[in-house]
Amino acid sequence: MTERITETLDKLSSRNVVKYVVYASAIIIFFSLIFIPPIAGIFLKWDNIQFILEQPALVNRALGAIQNSFIIALTVAALDLIAGIPMAWLIARGKNRWLSIIDTLADIPFIIPTTALGYSLLLFWSGSGGVSALFGESIVSTGWLLVMLLHFTFSFPVVVRVMVGALLDYKVEFERASRTLGAAPFTAMRTVTFPVLRPAMISAFILAFARSVSETGATIVVAGVFENGSVFIQNIKTQFAVSNPALYNGAVVFASFILITVSVGIFITIRLLGPKLKLPLKRVRPQTERKLSYKTAERSRNTVILAVFFALILLPSLFVALSAFEAIPTPTFTNAISGSGIWSDYWQSLLLSYGVGGIVTVLNIIIGLPAAIIIARNKAGKFMSSIFDLLVNVPLVVPSIALGVSLGIFWTSSLALPDFILLVLAHLAITYPYFVRSMAAAVERISPDMEEASRTLGAKPLGVFRTIVFPLTKYSMLSGAIMVFTRSVSETGATLAVTSKLQTAPVLLVNWIKQVVPASQLDIALASGFLVLFSFIILLILRLVVGREEKY
Amino acid sequence: MPEVRVVNLTKKFGNITAVDNVTLTIRDQEYFSLLGPSGCGKTTLLRLIAGLIEPTSGEIYIGDKLVNDVPPEDRDVGFVFQTFALFPHMTAWNNVIYGPKVKGFDMKQATTVGHEVLEMVKLHERLDAYPGELSGGMMQRVAVARALAAGAQLLLMDEALGQLDAKVRNEIRYEIRKMAKDLKLTGIHVTHDQSEAMAISDRIAVMRKGKILQVGTPQELYMNPDSIFVAHFIGESNFLEGYVTGKNKEGNIIIELREGTKVEALNGSFSEGSNVVLSMRPETLIVEHGLQEGQNVVSGVVERITFEGSSIRYEIRLDNDEMVIAIKPTLSGDWLEVGERTKVFLPVEYTRVFPYPETGLKEELSVA
Repeated sequence: MTERITETLDKLSSRNVVKYVVYASAIIIFFSLIFIPPIAGIFLKWDNIQFILEQPALVNRALGAIQNSFIIALTVAALDLIAGIPMAWLIARGKNRWLSIIDTLADIPFIIPTTALGYSLLLFWSGSGGVSALFGESIVSTGWLLVMLLHFTFSFPVVVRVMVGALLDYKVEFERASRTLGAAPFTAMRTVTFPVLRPAMISAFILAFARSVSETGATIVVAGVFENGSVFIQNIKTQFAVSNPALYNGAVVFASFILITVSVGIFITIRLLGPKLKLPLKRVRPQTERKLSYKTAERSRNTVILAVFFALILLPSLFVALSAFEAIPTPTFTNAISGSGIWSDYWQSLLLSYGVGGIVTVLNIIIGLPAAIIIARNKAGKFMSSIFDLLVNVPLVVPSIALGVSLGIFWTSSLALPDFILLVLAHLAITYPYFVRSMAAAVERISPDMEEASRTLGAKPLGVFRTIVFPLTKYSMLSGAIMVFTRSVSETGATLAVTSKLQTAPVLLVNWIKQVVPASQLDIALASGFLVLFSFIILLILRLVVGREEKY
Repeated sequence: MPEVRVVNLTKKFGNITAVDNVTLTIRDQEYFSLLGPSGCGKTTLLRLIAGLIEPTSGEIYIGDKLVNDVPPEDRDVGFVFQTFALFPHMTAWNNVIYGPKVKGFDMKQATTVGHEVLEMVKLHERLDAYPGELSGGMMQRVAVARALAAGAQLLLMDEALGQLDAKVRNEIRYEIRKMAKDLKLTGIHVTHDQSEAMAISDRIAVMRKGKILQVGTPQELYMNPDSIFVAHFIGESNFLEGYVTGKNKEGNIIIELREGTKVEALNGSFSEGSNVVLSMRPETLIVEHGLQEGQNVVSGVVERITFEGSSIRYEIRLDNDEMVIAIKPTLSGDWLEVGERTKVFLPVEYTRVFPYPETGLKEELSVA
C-alpha cells in the first residue's frame, strides 16, 4: 500500500505542474505567514502613534531604551567575535583530547532557555550566595552591566559554533602556502585565514547581534530599572495596557517600528558592505609578528580564553544548579514533583512550551524543506532565489518582541484567532530562518552531480529526494529541528507580546522571579534547574546526532 | 641552491607509517623526482622537507643545516601545491608579491621582485584577475611565480601538474625544469606519472609503502631496475614465473617455466631449485614470421592487437597459458593477425631475473 502511494507520488513529482505548485506554495506560505505579518501589523495601528508623540517624555524614554538595545547588541557582538574566534580556533585546531568536551560545554549557554540562564547569572553575580559572597557585597548589581554580561554569555556559543564550522571547512592549504612563502603563523592568520573566513565572521556577527537585540525574558530578569527596547515594550504593557490602551498601542507600535527598521537596516548594511570591506595588506612587521607567533604567546592566549570561558560564561550559566540541588531535600522538591500549589502551573507551562515547540518543529520541516531547496538550488531563478535567501533572514534580525507585537496586531485585527494559534504563528515566524538556513546549507553541500546521476539512473524528482538528498541531509535536518525546538522553548519576547493568557515556561519563570506570583527562591532555583536539566538532555541528543553526521 | 639530505626519516600517522626510515640525498641544483603510486609517502616526504609536518624521528638537512626545528617560513622553500592554493581574496599580482610583503619589504622592493619573477614565468596579462577567474595553466604560472618571488632556493612541487590538460602539462613541465636550471635552484618534484618523471628529472627516487626502492637516472631505472616493482612501474615489463634447473657453460642459468618450457637467462647468482621471476621489456621480444625452433623460442597465439601509431602491441597467449606482450615498430611491415600462431624469441641479453617475491608476484606488482 505505502509502496503504491510513493510510486504515485514519485510519478506526480516529475510533472512540471506539481513542482511549480510545491515551490510556489513554499514562497506564498513564506510571505503570508512568516514575512508579511511581523512587518505589516504595526502599520494597521499606525494612527495610535499620535498618542505617544503627544508625550515627549515617553518618546525620549522609548528612544533611549532602543538606543540601549543597539549599543548593547553591537558591543556584545563585537566582544563575542573577539573572544569567540580564539575559542573556536582552539577547538578546531587544538590537539588535546579534552577539547571535544570543551566543545560540548561551549554549547550549554545556547541550549539553556535564556530566562533560566538570566536567573543563574543573577544569582552568580549579584545574589548573596554567588561570587558576591566573597566580597561581602553585590559585584554586579542588576542594570546595564549585568545585561551586557548576560547577552555576551548567551550569544557567545553562536559565534563559536559558526566559527568552528568555518574553520573546519577552511582549506588549511592556504595557510600552509602562506607559511612556505615566509609568513609567521600570526602573519598567516592575519593576512590569509581571516580574510578568507570573512563571510563566516559576518554571519557570526549578525547572528550574535540578532540574538542580543531579540532577547527579552532574561533581560527583564537582570535589567532592574534599566530598559532596552524589549524591556521597554514589556514595561509599557504592564503600565498602560489596561489603564490607557490607546497610549499603550501607540508606544508599542512606535517602539516596534523603530526596532524593526533599524535592525533590518543594520542587517542589510552589514550584508552589503561587509564583503566589500577590504583590509589592505598593510606593511608586515616580521619581527613583532614573529614574537606573537611564539608558542608562549599562543599558550597565554589559550589560557586567557579558557579562563574567560570558565569564569565569565560556563560557571555563571550553571550556577543555578547549585541552588537547585539545595532544594532537593526540602519540601519544595516534594511540592514540585507532586505539582501542588504554584507548581501545577509550572508543569502546565512546560507542557505548553514543549507542545508549541513540537508543533513548530513539525511545521518548519514541512514548509521549510521546499524553501531550503529553492535557496540551495536556485529553483526560483538565480536573482529571485538570492532575494528570497536574503528575506528569509529578516525574522532572525527583527527583535522578537517587536515581531510578536506586529504579528499579533496583524492577525487579530482581521481574524479573531485564539491565543494558542497566535503563539504557534509567532514561534513559527521566529524559528523559520533557523531551519531553512541550516537545511539550505546542507543541501548546497550535496553536489548537483549526484542528483543528476540519480535522475539519469531513472529516479523521479521525489525519488531523488527520498534516496539521495534525504539520507545525506537527515542529520542536518535533525540538528536543525532540535535548534528550532530549543529556540521556541526559549522564546519569551514574542510570547509576551501575543498573549497574556497563555504562559510558556520561560514566561512563567519571569513572573516568578519578578514576584508577580509569590514564589520562593528555592522554587525558582528548582524550576530553572529542571529547565537546565531538560536542556542538557536535548544537548546530549544533539551531540550524538551531529557526532554521527561526520562520517559523510 | 642547497643540497637536501634526509637521514633515517620516519613519519607515523597513528598506526600508519607514511615515511619509513628514509635516507636520501638530493644534490645541489639537481631536478629530482619522487615517484610512486598514490599513498606511497612521496607527498609526506615533501611536506617533511618543507616543514609543513614534523617528523616522528630522523633528521632533515637543507644545505648542511639541520632544519628539524626551523619553521617552514624560515626554510627558504617554494612549495607549489597540487591545488595551487592561490589566496582567493587576492589578485594574481597580490598573490605573487605576498612573499616579499610578509618578509617586511616595502611596496617598491616588492614590486621590483614581482616584475622580475613574472618576466621569468612569462606572465604579463590578467594580473588583476582573481584566482577563480584564471585558467589552470595561468594558476600554475602564478603559483610558481609566487613561490619564486618569496626567494625560494628550493622548489618543491607537489603533483603540481596533475590538474592541467595533457597538452598544457607537457609544455609547462619543460619550462619549469628550464627555469629551475637557469636560476640554479634545487627542485623536488612529486608525481605518480612515470612518463612525467622520466621526461624532466635528473634523477628519480621510486617509492613504495613509505620506503625508497631505488634511486637513479631515468635511464638507469629503465635499463637496470633492481626490483620487480621498479621494472613494473617504470615502463612496462613481462613477468614469467619459473625455477632454476641449472647453469650452462657461459654461466647463464636455465629456468624451467610453467609446463616445462626451458629458457636461458643472464645472471648466474641463483642456486639450483630457487623460484624466480623472469622479466623482459615488451620491445625486446622478437615476433616474426619465419622464426625457427631453437633456444629461448616459445610459441603461442596472438590474442589481441593494439595499433599505437609508431608501434604495434601484440598480446600473445603462450602454450603454457601465460600472457606476454610484444611491441614492434609499425614500420617493420611484418604484421601479425589476431588468432595467428606465432613463435616468440626471448633474447638472452635482455633477460633479467629476480627472486620470486615472498608475498607472491601479484602482491608485488600491486600499486595500491
